[in-house]
Amino acid sequence: MTAVHEPAARSAASSVALVRLLVPAGSYAGRSHALLIRSATASRRAWLAFVSGFFEPVFYLLAMGQGLGSMVGVLPGPDGSPISYAAFIAPGLLAASAMNGAVFDSTFNVFFKLKYGRIYDAMLATPLGPVDIALGEIGWALIRGGLYSLGFLAVMGGFGLLVSPWALLALPAALMVAFAFAAVGMAATSYMRSWQDFDLVTLVVLPMFLFSTTFYPLSVYPRWLQIVVECLPLYHAVELMRGLTTGAVHTGMLGHLAYFAVMIAVGVVVAARRLDALLLR
Amino acid sequence: MSAPVVVTRSAGRAPGAARGVLLVVEHCWVWYRRNWRATVVSSVLQPLLFLLAFGVGFGALVQGGAGAAAATGGVGYLVWLAPALLAVSAVQTAAFESSYPVLSGFKWNRVFHAMTAGPVSPGQVALGLIAWVALKIAGTGAVYVGVIAVFGGVASPGIVVALLVAVLTGAAVAAPVTAFSASVENEGTAFSVLFRFVVIPMTLFSGTFFPVDRLPGWVQPLAWVSPLWHGTEIARAAALDRWQPLAALGHVAYLLALIVLGAALAARLFTRRLQP
Repeated sequence: MTAVHEPAARSAASSVALVRLLVPAGSYAGRSHALLIRSATASRRAWLAFVSGFFEPVFYLLAMGQGLGSMVGVLPGPDGSPISYAAFIAPGLLAASAMNGAVFDSTFNVFFKLKYGRIYDAMLATPLGPVDIALGEIGWALIRGGLYSLGFLAVMGGFGLLVSPWALLALPAALMVAFAFAAVGMAATSYMRSWQDFDLVTLVVLPMFLFSTTFYPLSVYPRWLQIVVECLPLYHAVELMRGLTTGAVHTGMLGHLAYFAVMIAVGVVVAARRLDALLLR
Repeated sequence: MSAPVVVTRSAGRAPGAARGVLLVVEHCWVWYRRNWRATVVSSVLQPLLFLLAFGVGFGALVQGGAGAAAATGGVGYLVWLAPALLAVSAVQTAAFESSYPVLSGFKWNRVFHAMTAGPVSPGQVALGLIAWVALKIAGTGAVYVGVIAVFGGVASPGIVVALLVAVLTGAAVAAPVTAFSASVENEGTAFSVLFRFVVIPMTLFSGTFFPVDRLPGWVQPLAWVSPLWHGTEIARAAALDRWQPLAALGHVAYLLALIVLGAALAARLFTRRLQP
């Protein structure tokens, strides 16, 4: 028994030690799962709002795949071979919904709890630290985003848009994308002063949704604009998803993963430090 | 010892029906004059981004393709899309402006209670809010028409008629949504469901980005109940000079009916909530 459990316990302990290295002392108690249970309980009453998040990308897929597809015909896929327009935008919508869900959850919801609900102040009166709160909130956003992504992948499968076994990796990839956006979103939320600042969130998220090759390939842009788009995180998410669902996998995709790993690291550290400063001082 | 309270008859007079509505519009205007910057993103920038992404970006992708030419009837995709986007932005502004701000007036800042404590009736508050949304759409829509013109999306002076149609369409959404919001107690679920199951599908399935006949047969009847589809049909007919008088009359009649029914229902629900 102990032989089986020990490595797991040791790696958990070492990850706790790693988190303690990065964040201020006394702000992490290793109890972020308590927040997950709270979030699950709280969203039981708003289940319809919860479920509705799944339908948004499905509506887009139905409308755009069919309707816009009738104007486009086929497009060159990631490896150059032609794919249908529905197969082209579906992975883009998957990536975009991972981003939208994570950003919405980590900005609007967190800001409300921080400023109006004063929920975190109550939590800090228990043996929870700001880092538990940050990890717990991000974890809940991930569970939610993971369920949405799984549902959307099932719909894609139903429409015959998953043509490669690599598509199995689209779910963990979507979770990584959502983690990155949730972490950065939370870090950004900690700097927000009022609801007016949320216009800035829209200002960042909406152009990314529209221009990061979700709806049409990069080739329609002039070169300088292509370079701008290639710097945006959603572009890397779309490329990742499109490669995985169509089976055009290559080693260059590790670069996309590295992009999100950096976003996660920066987001978590900044969010933890800021929450610590906001809530404890 | 506090001063004795003297009850006197108010020196003010109750405003007439139209004057009461105008007072509510004025209230909104005074707020807007101070806070308009906060609405620039949603009312001007958002439709502009959609115009760029679909009109220019997607338009470049489909330019010259047989599928696109058949769908648009030969005109450029941007020219075909622009009047419809005008109607979409009107509908989105209308839906947003008549959801959270209305609940806020009842629940958070309770400004409707303050208004009706004076000589303005709940029905006048409801009508004033709807009228304000229509005015606001006219203003932001005019800016948007200018932007469309800069990008070369204007085919004829009919775009001005399309702007009026967009205002009508926006009002046809604002009136029923205002009524709906007057019945909402809790922001949690109601508005997410409204936006995700009504506003977004309406935007996608009303012939904005592609003709409705490209959808499967069973989806098409949904367009007939959508105010946005009726608005898009007339706005496009006006902007591209493709009038079919009888059809246009039918669309206008449907939108007017929605406005009248929605406004009547809103006035009723406002009265019930403010004067229980």
